[in-house]
Amino acid sequence: MEKKVKNFGYSVTRDRQIDFDANNHDVGKIVALAEPTLHLCISCGTCSATCTASQFTEFSLRQVILLVRRGETKGLLKEVSKCMLCGKCQLVCPRNVSTRNLIIQISRALCNHEVSGSAMLKP
Amino acid sequence: MQKHIVVIGAGPAGLESSANLSNLGFRVTLVEKEEVTGGHLNKWHALFPSLASGKHTIEAIVKGLNPGIKIQTATKVTGIEAVNDYFTVSGHNGWQEKADAVVLTTGFQLFDSHRKEEYGYGIYENVITSADLEKQFASGKEFVNRQGKKPERVGFVHCVGSRDEKVNNLHCSKVCCITAVKQAIEVKQMIPEADVFCFYMDLRMFGRHYEELYKQAQEKYNIQFIRGRLSESTEDKDGNIIVKVEDTLLGKPLRIKVGLLVLMAGMEFPPATKALTNMLGLKNVSDGFIQPLDEVLHSNLTEIPGVFIAGTCSGPKSVSDTMADARSAALAVAEYLK
Amino acid sequence: MTFDLFVLPFFFGLIFLTVVLVQKYSRWIAMMDSSDRVKAGMALFSVNLLKSIKEVVLESLLHRKMFKRNPLLGYMHMSFALGWLLLIILGNLESRVYSGGHINPPYYPIFLKFFIHDKRVLPFELFTLPGFFRFIMDFILLFVLSGLVLALFKRTRSKWFGLKKTTQHNSFDKWAITSLWLIFPMRLLAESFTAGLYQGGGFLTNTLGSIFDAILPLQYLAYPAWWAYSTMLGIFFVTLPWSRFMHIPTEIVLIFLRNAGIEQGKYPGSFSEIELSSCPRCGVCIDVCQMNEVDKTSSTAVYLIRSLRDQQPDKQLNANCMMCGRCLQACPVGIDTLGLRVGARSVDNKSIAMDFSYLKKQPFVGEETGIVYFAGCMGHLTPGVKRAIVQIFNHAKIDFTFLDEDGSICCGRPLKLAGLREAASKLVSENTRMIKNTGAQLLVTSCPICLKTFNNDYQLEGMKVMHHSVYIDKLVTEGKLALRPEELKAVYHDPCELGRGSGIYEQPRNVLKQIAEVADVAEEQENSLCCGGSIGELAMDFTQRNIIRDNALKILCESKPDLLVTACPLCKKTYDSANCIKVKDIAEVVAANLVSVKHQPKTTEMVEQG
Repeated sequence: MEKKVKNFGYSVTRDRQIDFDANNHDVGKIVALAEPTLHLCISCGTCSATCTASQFTEFSLRQVILLVRRGETKGLLKEVSKCMLCGKCQLVCPRNVSTRNLIIQISRALCNHEVSGSAMLKP
Repeated sequence: MQKHIVVIGAGPAGLESSANLSNLGFRVTLVEKEEVTGGHLNKWHALFPSLASGKHTIEAIVKGLNPGIKIQTATKVTGIEAVNDYFTVSGHNGWQEKADAVVLTTGFQLFDSHRKEEYGYGIYENVITSADLEKQFASGKEFVNRQGKKPERVGFVHCVGSRDEKVNNLHCSKVCCITAVKQAIEVKQMIPEADVFCFYMDLRMFGRHYEELYKQAQEKYNIQFIRGRLSESTEDKDGNIIVKVEDTLLGKPLRIKVGLLVLMAGMEFPPATKALTNMLGLKNVSDGFIQPLDEVLHSNLTEIPGVFIAGTCSGPKSVSDTMADARSAALAVAEYLK
Repeated sequence: MTFDLFVLPFFFGLIFLTVVLVQKYSRWIAMMDSSDRVKAGMALFSVNLLKSIKEVVLESLLHRKMFKRNPLLGYMHMSFALGWLLLIILGNLESRVYSGGHINPPYYPIFLKFFIHDKRVLPFELFTLPGFFRFIMDFILLFVLSGLVLALFKRTRSKWFGLKKTTQHNSFDKWAITSLWLIFPMRLLAESFTAGLYQGGGFLTNTLGSIFDAILPLQYLAYPAWWAYSTMLGIFFVTLPWSRFMHIPTEIVLIFLRNAGIEQGKYPGSFSEIELSSCPRCGVCIDVCQMNEVDKTSSTAVYLIRSLRDQQPDKQLNANCMMCGRCLQACPVGIDTLGLRVGARSVDNKSIAMDFSYLKKQPFVGEETGIVYFAGCMGHLTPGVKRAIVQIFNHAKIDFTFLDEDGSICCGRPLKLAGLREAASKLVSENTRMIKNTGAQLLVTSCPICLKTFNNDYQLEGMKVMHHSVYIDKLVTEGKLALRPEELKAVYHDPCELGRGSGIYEQPRNVLKQIAEVADVAEEQENSLCCGGSIGELAMDFTQRNIIRDNALKILCESKPDLLVTACPLCKKTYDSANCIKVKDIAEVVAANLVSVKHQPKTTEMVEQG
């Protein structure tokens, strides 16, 4: 019978990992339903290169989209609140992602999530 | 009676198909809209991955042509009509031929980089295209930018007019990635002290020896690859181009000044050819290129018996792929006329 | 005899309606900002009142705007509104002829012919007072009925009325309209039957009465007809407050408040509620809306307003609008459809809070020049326009500061259009500070979106804001720029925010006409189409945007021009992406055709004279 080693002598820092299984994927599902182009992003970074807000602060729509897709929604609301909705990203996106609606839908989903958070969060 | 085949377009695909068909015993007429044969290859200094000369390559292909082939240059095909079991092909200058089969080797057109205004082509002098760069290489002159200076930095922008729905081109043009690597190396060979950067979304090194060339670019020439697609460029007082990308692997916006920016223009189906395919009733799918009868089994056949396709009219291809496709088209025609 | 039981449906309906209206009006007054209430009170005793009365007569009664759109449609609406009002007023006067000038109970004039059976006095009928009223009342009834016939035709032949699509009504509206349509035929029958029985009535009711008398037992039919007439009136009055016909009493209030200088303000508020209730659902806004092209008729202004009035807001519906303002232009009532949409969006997005605290206040560094140029966010994606502006400024030897050469923050209008007014105001104050710091007297911008918000939402005290097309026109007029004509046929596309949004139509055309032949476009100036690139639209995907773009291009390119000229970076990029015609900004066309002023004295003279 296989015996499990409890401690190899090092402790694994779980915080470093994207714990995909434990993450919250509801936001991604809700957003994708409202704005299906969420799935079209190829992470080329054109949006974040042209982004007005990213000239002044750390903000990348490309990363926001990935974080939503991976279910990494902690602290994300603060991220999306930096957007000025100017629409430059939408004008340069090679995949025709509706970036402005994505921001709005992500914000809405996260707000609803924070209001009724406990119901949606897995233990 | 000897069957007659009209091949439309005398680029590498048309030349190679004609050579093969003629060798197989058919009477071949090769029509070309330009004064000379050779197509885009005439303007291409060197080919990847071996850096073989474009001029020599086209000369070698032409050498293989049977003298029996009738070459009709300076003739723009304006009409193809299916009549019973043959086709009538006619040109703008009154030229007309009857054919038992038609091979379309009409090729591609280079994406017009003016359409990406935010990249500055046609606005900033030091923004050029990959085709412009080949011309510069071919001229044999000293490598300088538009201010007559040796650029300290040269940037290559991948995917210009390809993988970009803002210009209605979702498709990948296939050859630009490796062309950029090739041209980056060539620039480095000419100005060893220059820093060369490639801005890419994905590096698609699909062909034999492509990855090796990429590795060489890293190892021998220290070419830097930055994963990020250009959003826009501006010009400074000295004519340098300031490039805006996100270094997506670092997750930070990046600004960089280059003395010369090269846009890797992609391949498109030429609208002029669309008139021909419309006339025949051929299907151009969403990417604009001609759809073969079956992409795996019958890649040279079309929905119309007797009409064959080869080369880049059925999608972006490298020169070597085009050559192979041209030869396979010749066999398909032979089988059809058997 | 001055009473009969049959008047009760009408009478109670009227009382019910009055109570509901009083309740509604009191609510609106109570909800109003105190400053607005003062404004409204003042307006009651000023020339504003006369202005309002004039507007009510022209628009609510005569339906002038409707007539302009389509004479048949105008006549139809006028016959109902004006005809009914005249029936009420003249009916009242007529009733006083018989009551010795006394005021009668409200039902009495309405059902006068039931109570008074005055015989005709031929051949001098028209020269007697009762005879005159009999004639005129019949005539007006005929006028109203002619409108009714047209309304019936409109059901199946809406194209005659200049409408391709008409409003799909809900069941409440169907009840109301059925009763409304039956009121006048019932009145005709009731009056004709009675006229037949007593040989009274005017030219219409008398003639019909005699015919009916010959074929029908009128003694049994007349009384039920009066019941039916009264009942229809009753049903109409009871359904009115919840139907589209609420616009009848509300539109007048709206006109008055608007003339008093009251604006939409907060949403929801009393003004927005009054606007919502003022919509007659005539459907004029449906056809002009480009959303039809992508099967989004359900998001046109009329349905937006209905959903908001019925308190059934739909986020998708609210988001699907390019805010081009074509409905605003077409609306015969002048409802601020865009403001309502923004209001609805502000409710949808009220949970979204933007945080721009990362914007660190920085002093303006640069030379003060008097003139600053602001390309705007989108302008940075059209370097051709930026370069052209710099060339033009340099050519005219004008010192200027390129304010956002190195980028800037957004003007705030996109946020405002998304209903995020509070977030927008943060950007407005940041930009205001930056712009004021330059100390300039003139701000020239390339972006009509920025222009609109600079002029409407910024307090720039003393600084003029101009779109570059206006500034170029000014330079040309002042002889500081001379242009070379070119063999070129061009069409000009009015950007929504520049044209309808800021009223700038002529200046870019004036400039363009000096260079190229400018061909007419079927839909231009106030009726210009949206390019489809709008930042006002929040949710539409690019497949649909491209359909709208391509349809607009079709109309723009009807005359097969060589060049499409516009004056907005967003329009330019949108049209350019279709790759079907060369697209240039007016500044680029100018920059390519600059000539030295000295060598072209004639051109300058001509301009100055013109």
